[in-house]
Amino acid sequence: MLRFTAGRVGSLLTRRATAALTTSSARMASHGPGTETSPVDVSQPMYIDRADIPLPDRPYKDVLTEVERSLKEKEKGPWGQLSKEEKIALYRITFCQTYPEMNQKSEEWKTVLGGIFIFLGFSGLLVWWQKVYVCPPRPRTFDEDWQAQQLQRMLDMRVGPVHGLSSHWDYEKGQWK
Amino acid sequence: MFRAVFRLSASGARSLARSRSCYSAPLASRCYSHGRAETEEEFDSRWVTYFSKPDLDAWELKKGMNTLIGYDLVPEAKILDSALRACRRLNDLASAIRILEAVKNKAGPHKDIYPYLIQELKPTLSELGISTPEELGIDKI
Repeated sequence: MLRFTAGRVGSLLTRRATAALTTSSARMASHGPGTETSPVDVSQPMYIDRADIPLPDRPYKDVLTEVERSLKEKEKGPWGQLSKEEKIALYRITFCQTYPEMNQKSEEWKTVLGGIFIFLGFSGLLVWWQKVYVCPPRPRTFDEDWQAQQLQRMLDMRVGPVHGLSSHWDYEKGQWK
Repeated sequence: MFRAVFRLSASGARSLARSRSCYSAPLASRCYSHGRAETEEEFDSRWVTYFSKPDLDAWELKKGMNTLIGYDLVPEAKILDSALRACRRLNDLASAIRILEAVKNKAGPHKDIYPYLIQELKPTLSELGISTPEELGIDKI
């Protein structure tokens, strides 16, 4: 159970760290196919799928296959001659995700909430352990009868006679006002 | 252009949406300390002129579109028409489709703006051979 928890926490932290480095909230930014593991050169124009940046700084795919290059050539002619599949292929060369894809809801909130509860639970365990093994025994000044005697003593001393404690005590009747 | 109908932002919203399903909204003007407020027509024509530049390059198209989408409004059909023609000059069909997706996303909960824009742009779309995301089936996941 502990190992599972640590793994989940570990993956949550790494995902949080990478999410913090990118601007996309729902998905990590794509750098183009096959480059996720290598470090991104942020001094170069970057690709990103963002609803408020419809046309990113560079196309998604930089290196085109033979087919893709011929399609790009065909794109220079009338677009009416392109088939639906060709148009979709051209779209996918330049862009990674469509708007509906990038706006997808994710299940991340469940992970976040679960992580929060795990950490809260762990803190609760720490607090309990602290109570049992660290905290000294309860001082006797907290006992009911001690508190009662303490209060009686304060009233006898007339503590706060004008606006404070004793001012609320009716000395004739022996009760609170 | 189609402004955010139900939001009057602190920086000052100009006139609110004029669309077929008339949102009767009061005119709110931007407060300048000097100079004159730009009218909607002036705004539209400025952007139409921007995209109509014959030698507009790819960077300028991207910059223009990203800026336009950054505004708190849905661009008018004539601005989009100009932008789509710029895509044609740059031989960039993907960007043309992307622009259509972007304005649909921009309209947000106002679901009748996008069909209206497509209807207005139909002649241009068929002239240039641009398919809408719906026709290509990429409007669904």
